[in-house]
Amino acid sequence: PRPGSARAAAAYRSSAAASSSSVLPDALDRSSDAYARNAAAVGGLLSDLRSRVSQVLGGGGAGAVKRNEGRGKLLPRDRIDRLLDPGASFLELSQLAGSDVYEEALPSAGIITGIGPVHGRLCMFVANDPTTKGGTYYPITVKKHLRAQEIASECKLPCIYLVDSGGANLPKQAEVFPDRDNFGRIFYNQAKMSADGIPQIAVVLGSCTAGGAYIPAMADESIIVKGNGTIFLAGPPLVKAATGEEISAEDLGGASVHCKISGVSDHFAQDERHGLALGRNIVKNLHLAAKETSIHNSACDYQEPLYDVQELRSIAPADTKQSFDIRSIIARIVDGSEFDEFKKLYGTTLVTGFAGICGQPVGIIGNNGILFTESALKGTHFIELCAQRNIPLIFLQNISGFMVGSKSEASGIAKAGAKMVMAVSCSKVPKITIIVGGSFGAGNYGMCGRAYSPNFLFMWPTARISVMGGIQAAGVLAQIEKNNRKRQGVEWTKDDEEAFKAKVVEAYDKEGSPYYSTARLWDDGIIDPADTRRVLSLCLSASAKTVPEDTKYGVFRM
Amino acid sequence: SSATEPPPPPQTVEKVLVANRGEIACRVMRTARRLGIATVAVYSDADRAALHVRAADEAVRLGPPPARESYLNAAAIVDAALRTGAKAIHPGYGFLSESADFAQLCESEGLTFIGPPPSAIRDMGDKSASKRIMGAAGVPLVPGYHGADQDIELLKLEADKIGYPVLIKPTHGGGGKGMRIVQGPDDFVDSVRSAQREAAASFGIDTLLIEKYITQPRHIEVQVFGDKHGNAIHLYERDCSLQRRHQKIIEEAPAPNVTTEFRTHIGEAAVSAAKAVGYYSAGTVEFIVDTLSGEFYFMEMNTRLQVEHPVTEMVVGQDLVEWQIRVANGERLPLSQEQVPLNGHAFEARIYAENVPRGFLPATGTLHHYQPVLSSPTVRVETGVEEGDAVSMHYDPMIAKLVVWGESRNAALVKLKNCLSNFQIAGLPTNVAFLQELAGHNAFERGLVDTHFIERYKDDFQSTSAKASGEAHDAAKLGAILAAACICKKDHITSEESLRDKTLSVWYTRPPFRMHHSAKRLMEFELDEELEELSDELLKLLVTYKSDGGYFIETEDGSSPGFDVKVDGRSENDFRVEVGGVQTDVTLAFYSKDNSKHIHIWHGKHHHHYRQTMRAEHLLDDSSQPRQASEGRSHPKGSVLAPMAGLVVKVLLKDGVHVEDGQPVMVIEAMKMEHVVKAPRAGYIEGLKATAGQQVFDSSVLFTVKDKSTN
Repeated sequence: PRPGSARAAAAYRSSAAASSSSVLPDALDRSSDAYARNAAAVGGLLSDLRSRVSQVLGGGGAGAVKRNEGRGKLLPRDRIDRLLDPGASFLELSQLAGSDVYEEALPSAGIITGIGPVHGRLCMFVANDPTTKGGTYYPITVKKHLRAQEIASECKLPCIYLVDSGGANLPKQAEVFPDRDNFGRIFYNQAKMSADGIPQIAVVLGSCTAGGAYIPAMADESIIVKGNGTIFLAGPPLVKAATGEEISAEDLGGASVHCKISGVSDHFAQDERHGLALGRNIVKNLHLAAKETSIHNSACDYQEPLYDVQELRSIAPADTKQSFDIRSIIARIVDGSEFDEFKKLYGTTLVTGFAGICGQPVGIIGNNGILFTESALKGTHFIELCAQRNIPLIFLQNISGFMVGSKSEASGIAKAGAKMVMAVSCSKVPKITIIVGGSFGAGNYGMCGRAYSPNFLFMWPTARISVMGGIQAAGVLAQIEKNNRKRQGVEWTKDDEEAFKAKVVEAYDKEGSPYYSTARLWDDGIIDPADTRRVLSLCLSASAKTVPEDTKYGVFRM
Repeated sequence: SSATEPPPPPQTVEKVLVANRGEIACRVMRTARRLGIATVAVYSDADRAALHVRAADEAVRLGPPPARESYLNAAAIVDAALRTGAKAIHPGYGFLSESADFAQLCESEGLTFIGPPPSAIRDMGDKSASKRIMGAAGVPLVPGYHGADQDIELLKLEADKIGYPVLIKPTHGGGGKGMRIVQGPDDFVDSVRSAQREAAASFGIDTLLIEKYITQPRHIEVQVFGDKHGNAIHLYERDCSLQRRHQKIIEEAPAPNVTTEFRTHIGEAAVSAAKAVGYYSAGTVEFIVDTLSGEFYFMEMNTRLQVEHPVTEMVVGQDLVEWQIRVANGERLPLSQEQVPLNGHAFEARIYAENVPRGFLPATGTLHHYQPVLSSPTVRVETGVEEGDAVSMHYDPMIAKLVVWGESRNAALVKLKNCLSNFQIAGLPTNVAFLQELAGHNAFERGLVDTHFIERYKDDFQSTSAKASGEAHDAAKLGAILAAACICKKDHITSEESLRDKTLSVWYTRPPFRMHHSAKRLMEFELDEELEELSDELLKLLVTYKSDGGYFIETEDGSSPGFDVKVDGRSENDFRVEVGGVQTDVTLAFYSKDNSKHIHIWHGKHHHHYRQTMRAEHLLDDSSQPRQASEGRSHPKGSVLAPMAGLVVKVLLKDGVHVEDGQPVMVIEAMKMEHVVKAPRAGYIEGLKATAGQQVFDSSVLFTVKDKSTN
């Protein structure tokens, strides 16, 4: 091609785009009070977020980190950095999981998970943090590990386990050991994924005690580091207690034993860095047929949005009651701010349309107010369209719920909502949900909340999530309480009622916080609004399907 | 019908065999090609794919690498000429260029020897004889003893008569080999013995002469040219005073700070010298100039084209190789003395593979990166090597000659300095940094040169010392920071470009995405001081990828303020970096050697070299046996390593004996220069296994000095 032709083409496209009606207008009033208020509020939320993150990035504290370093070991994120391609991105998941869940701090739930490329192949990393409670598995640790495996399984990502863990946390064994989605599920998943041809790779960088021993043992290929890596069902103290045998950890389950004698591990690493380099090499040699280039992919050539993504920080509503046009968000996350709206004039509280994100086509569904019957029908229609065409779906949640009241019930809003839930549940396209504001009630369901297994779900720091608003809930609960008291003939003063309501509101406030959500893994993390486009592009790339799957729906109530 | 044209004169050169290698062979062939003369190269097994071989139309193998069996093998060379039908042989410089026997052999085989008559070579080759002839011709001579009687007592008496300091020189050969300065009578006998040994090894004849040693001399030589019709002229002088180990490293023409009168006198003296031996072709008459008295004395005549002939070519605008060929063809000199122009000023810097801080010891190795400056009408790069070639121990370690011309000495000097800073070599130690320092020295800028220049100002030169100064250290740190930024950029580009699945390109956009923090990378650089004995400083740099695509780089310990660096890739290893609003071009080079990754960077006038010790992770070998640490620096304390690859000439002490600090233990010869290996401290010698005649490799352990005798 002629030199400069690409630029000429780009110029042509942008001028064509500018004249096209599908380009969203700026529509942001930068001089408004709301703009300034939001910017200030989100700024505060973000600095709080960053300070929480910087705390968990420090792992289990200076002392533990120093001890770790003394053993020639790196922190889990640094281990992952050494496996990743140089200069490549890493999509870390649920950074703040485990915060304020237990009495003791559990930074990042004691396990780092995320996605990044190794030798040009996306991999799921699961890395124990030995500086946090010896890398032992708390219930939330297990949940985070299983979630990473779930994503890997769904997106067919090779798994790299960077193992350095004392196994199940013994005091918490009842919540860690026995149930379906407990510790044992990790190995079940390894077996199932291996059977599905999803490579399972373990790098043993520290201890792998008891149940933990099964992670390398179940892996397709494993590496163990001399001196630091040990694999055994029972450590030296337990062995001594059980059989009286006195033996060092290295002689019991070190690299030499497992590479030369037992065959539990395949590759002998001289030190940690060597082990990580060997890990890269295993991925290089996977020789899986490269993901077929999807039919839609024109990925490399796209335009950035016309408007500054940083402005998303001023659009995010500081107060969920405050309404705003979801299109101002869409305009800042899609290629060239081009958005081809579907059924623009019908059911206007739900915005649907087609766009591209870093060259990847998407269908976007965003809330612009309460869901009415028409909005739900429109949403259902649009989801069916995207499923038919194998276009990934992005849900931008800011929903206070479905409309209530006689008119609404009579219009069959329940069955309209059911249709949307049916469509969301059954459509076999990648789905990514971003909660930008409120996520209340059945709105959370229809808009692909956690229960609907979107491939990824992220929150903005401005998000709130609960079955209904705190004040509404307080009102309902106060009404019931009042009736109870009345039946029992107990007096309930106005002050008592206010105090009762305040308590409910306070609880809803706490439990509706994105930190409460992310600590319990109701989401995959809290993101900076300005990172939304970047995160979406990475998620889309990770969840892109090699072969489109056919969607089959259940019975739609008509 | 066909015999109308007369045949060409039989002696006209139509095909020339160049009996040499390296840059001079390439340079001779270049002129030959321009004149339409076919070329034949000769080569040893070490040079089978060398540049001079590829530059020639044909090439003939001579024999194994040692010069004695290849480039000094007269019979094989003559045979090669006869086989290929080359009727002329150009000897270049060195090797057989000053062998009267070889010139004679050519003549008797009916080949044209492009050079002087054998008689002139013979006359001038014997230094004692040449001085007699010169004395008779009225050319001034340095007081000295040039007798055939080599009795050591007699020599000593003569030395006493001349008065110390005296200079001992082999009567045959040149290039500083076998020369010794003797400060007083005590050292005289030892010096004579060692000079004799070196002379015998280099030239096969060990006779010596003794001269008065001039304490503050300049080395000025005159280019002369004669034809077969009895004409001889000079092409002005060259100053070659800048020498180390008695070998020239920077030459210039014309000589600075001399009067026209002096120029005329010395030129006339040189012409008289040439005429006295019936000289034709190119020759150089070397004079020693006593800067205190202004007198000049005849030293010797080099009956060949000199290494530094290009500086003369640049100021007179002539091609001396072409002149040699025309004279060989029987033509008259193209110019008369009055017609020889003198325009501007020219410098030549000789770029050597050598270890400057180790006393300019010759070095060997591979040119992993070799990017000389671009040639132009005013910049000549005479080289016989290319990137990937090796500088072997068999031959002279000169890599290239950089020749520049300017309207004035100042203009030429500016160009010289600029070219030196852009002359990129990596893979082996070179003298480029030292040449830069020389060219930038205040006294040199003023033309205040003499042959003790380097010794006198040695404290001004940083590259001669193993320890970096504070300033140099800061520059090295900045270099490492720039290199770190460029490597991050390069790695990023590489991983992006090698991506098979382009749909994943979103994972490689800049900066790399991290959730709520910036991606960082820790990089380690060992500051390489070229000296294995020193433990190099390890510099740990922390790179933070910034949102604008740039890098913030600081030392890991936060000991100094960080730098914001932006990088644009130009080509694979060329970058434009921006620090503090200043943009600079930088070039990087990478290679692996001795279990280390080597990184070189050229930025501004700086060139820095860093190492990253290769660990198991780079070897990707999961064998449980750790590698032999033979190449590392883990030699036991007190180990004495071979300073260079070479031949053991003499072992002075036995294994197990006691030595004093600094006591000579053995003598190694490389590049025909002797190097005495001394005990680094007092103690007992252990593990001394080498014997005379044995080959040793660079940095191999020769022996160890222990505190206690183990016997």
